[in-house]
Amino acid sequence: MSTATATHDDHHDHGPAKGLMRWVTTTNHKDIGTLYLLFALLMFFIGGAMAMVIRAELFQPGMQLVDPQFFNSMTTVHALVMIFGAVMPAFTGLANWLIPMMIGAPDMALPRMNNFSFWILPFAFTLLLSTFFMNGGAPAGGWTIYPPLSLQMGDGFPFMIFAIHLMGISSIMGSINVVVTILNMRAPGMTLMKMPLFVWTWLITAYLLIATMPVLAGAVTMLLTDKFAGTSFFNAAGGGDPVMYQHIFWFFGHPEVYILILPAFGIISAIVPTFARKPLFGYSSMVYATASIAFLSFIVWAHHMFTVGMPVVGELFFMYATMMIAVPTGVKVFNWVSTMWKGSMTFETPMLFAIGFIMMFTIGGFSGLMLAIAPADFQYHDTYFVVAHFHYVLVTGAVYSIMAATYYWLPKWTGNMYDERLGKLHFWLSTISVNVLFFPQHFLGLAGMPRRIPDYSVQFADWNMVSSIGGFVFGASQLLFAWIVYKTIKGRGKEQVPAKVWEGAQGLEWTLPSPPPYHSFTEAPVVK
Amino acid sequence: MKPKTIWRGLCAAPALLAAPAMAEWNLLNLPKGVTDTSHAVFDLHMIILWVCVVIGIVVFGAMIIAMLKHRKSKGAVAAQFHESTTMEIVWTIIPILILVSMAIPATKTLLAMEDVGDADMTIKITGVQWKWKYDYIDGEAAGISFVSSLHPEHNEARLLGAGMDTETLREKFGDTYLREVDKPLVVPTGKKIRFLLTAADVIHSWWVPDLGWKKDAIPGFVNESWTLIEKPGVYRGKCAELCGKDHGFMPIVVVAKAPADYAAWVAQQKGAAAETAAAASKTWSKDDLIARGQEVYAANCAACHQPNGKGLPPAFPALAGSAIATGDPAKHIEVVLNGRPGTAMAAYRDLLSDVDLAAVITYERNSWGNSGSVVQPADVKAAR
Repeated sequence: MSTATATHDDHHDHGPAKGLMRWVTTTNHKDIGTLYLLFALLMFFIGGAMAMVIRAELFQPGMQLVDPQFFNSMTTVHALVMIFGAVMPAFTGLANWLIPMMIGAPDMALPRMNNFSFWILPFAFTLLLSTFFMNGGAPAGGWTIYPPLSLQMGDGFPFMIFAIHLMGISSIMGSINVVVTILNMRAPGMTLMKMPLFVWTWLITAYLLIATMPVLAGAVTMLLTDKFAGTSFFNAAGGGDPVMYQHIFWFFGHPEVYILILPAFGIISAIVPTFARKPLFGYSSMVYATASIAFLSFIVWAHHMFTVGMPVVGELFFMYATMMIAVPTGVKVFNWVSTMWKGSMTFETPMLFAIGFIMMFTIGGFSGLMLAIAPADFQYHDTYFVVAHFHYVLVTGAVYSIMAATYYWLPKWTGNMYDERLGKLHFWLSTISVNVLFFPQHFLGLAGMPRRIPDYSVQFADWNMVSSIGGFVFGASQLLFAWIVYKTIKGRGKEQVPAKVWEGAQGLEWTLPSPPPYHSFTEAPVVK
Repeated sequence: MKPKTIWRGLCAAPALLAAPAMAEWNLLNLPKGVTDTSHAVFDLHMIILWVCVVIGIVVFGAMIIAMLKHRKSKGAVAAQFHESTTMEIVWTIIPILILVSMAIPATKTLLAMEDVGDADMTIKITGVQWKWKYDYIDGEAAGISFVSSLHPEHNEARLLGAGMDTETLREKFGDTYLREVDKPLVVPTGKKIRFLLTAADVIHSWWVPDLGWKKDAIPGFVNESWTLIEKPGVYRGKCAELCGKDHGFMPIVVVAKAPADYAAWVAQQKGAAAETAAAASKTWSKDDLIARGQEVYAANCAACHQPNGKGLPPAFPALAGSAIATGDPAKHIEVVLNGRPGTAMAAYRDLLSDVDLAAVITYERNSWGNSGSVVQPADVKAAR
């Protein structure tokens, strides 16, 4: 792929505004990307602190630190913050930084809407976190907010609903921006099947978001009217059905978990070829597999509900469809491994995180396949086996991909190389501790420990203690990550990195200087 | 957390490894259980687990070989192949075949588990925040009905600030901490028992791992399930759907008895029920009511309203000095019978007998500085 790089142009490059207002009023995709990423990092630590409270209480049986209601708030808000405040904004930040540069565009298609999409989020999370200080406390019915339990929440209830609406609006607007940008602003010669896989995965993710966030909005609005307007959507006494909420929620919820992983697949598909010095194996299969996963994600939702008492035909359908999703996902893993095979690999930090992703996301995929077997799921459902599954796919999956992406592209964004020794230390500390934290949770779930409980029977004590120790070390290791990022952004003044930071890197973003100019491609490059 | 506790925990770890009798490091797998269902489920679980292990060995093996051999530092030169339609077809078809071969036994097992027909007896299970109510619908035990709550000693031990740790709990309760109830569900062995599951307030889920299944208990709806236990014994389970504050504190205990022992239990229960009915029509002394009421309070009310009656406002109001507990007894009876919809205060009309309701209300009206009237079982009965 050869390009004609834009250097400076004849009309002035005015550069960013100065001071705080730069960040409030920016319409620049790089600035907005930075805002999303820093916001996500902050929320990662807030959600992480809640996880530390959870693991501290679960360190031993008996109640030592918090009361059960507050514990339930910790599990609930930990999940809401991590999903909607850390992972999704981080992926959106990566989309903002990278998509224009990868397709040869000067910016996103709708820059002002882009600014608004970001700034809704700090407001939404202030609302959500402020419920801790209200009568009745923060949400404590699980991040899935099932009624009737969620309707027992105190004064914070409407604030939680409003916060969720705002997060949804932010995602929908961001997704519209992504779709319009990708479909309209690719450089000449960049056909859809020449786009980097990260752009493909975000295109598909954006369609999933547009399709499903309104469904979540509908579900939470029905909760709101059941509480305040006398409706009975989820109240049997009024002719409604609590299980209907679950259907509506998971119709959103299942595509949501693919929203949380498809961009990760794109990131890994960028990093592995670079450090294997070999092209991505099976590009078109990867595109079709991603599209298949997205399509299948709409027809499997009730595997989250196998125990509600569905008719057998329904259970069978959802079991078969869920097992099918393993096929395209497996195809992707095999393609990554084939990319590594007979390559010429080096193992810098981004590659370490990418390889860690492939191995540990696959472990999460295995427990997912086990959960798909409906009769077996009757034993696994609502236990720590499920908790282990989704933390493997979300932490060693999504979060690892975000860290891999950060190490990979931060030198491009800042012009400074991160500290490789510290990066590797962060990787190893995290990887060892994350497995100590989550692997024993498989055992706990199989042995009979339910989820969302603050205290447990004595035979679960040993593995819980091990898991908590893993948790504390993992949490502390992330402080190292924050330090590395800070140091890299600040720079050391000396080592400026070239445009092509990594020897094996391919793609338009590596043709721009490091750091890139404020407006990336003011003249479109030509793609052969 | 106190540094002392962390230090004790870290020191305990090696000790636990050296004392296998005390440690449960071998708690690794699903229990086989005591029913045909649980055995079938265990077998399915093991098959899919082995399938995953084998695939893992192949995939991770390939990755590890590649990382060792195909590295730049070993002088490896990158090949440039980047697609193969044949391989894509192969690694699509083979997984599909593996999945189909899993789906067949899974379908058989699921169909068997959902077949509730030809049951020998039926028991209705109602989940309510935060206990289980059991009603025997038919057969020799028809009419027996009781509430099963976390055992009071366990309920005390689990309170925040009770000063418990692993060793103390193990000494006090062995391995039944939070898995013991005051009144277990007693069932006969060798009979197909059909369960009807529902709930009174929020969604709960009834789960006994040794029986091999769980089923949600949903307010306003009735779910069905069944079991057939061959082996007499005690089987313990837990609520498995987040249902509020005390979701972790509503265990399930099923005692399976051989038919003769079961019949003896039924006779004894019916006798006790007759005594309770008699007790409800007599006039009780204030002291007797308060003594009984204190026990009922500890088992049912203290979790929210606290042993000292001060509650945890605003979610759980204080009873000490409250308008309800010191004012008109009729209003007090009404709140306890019918609950407060839209709050966590449950309706106790189906959970407690007239005698227990009268006792606990009298206790509340005469404790913590409240000095009030006595409420008799007959008053409660009249208010229903």
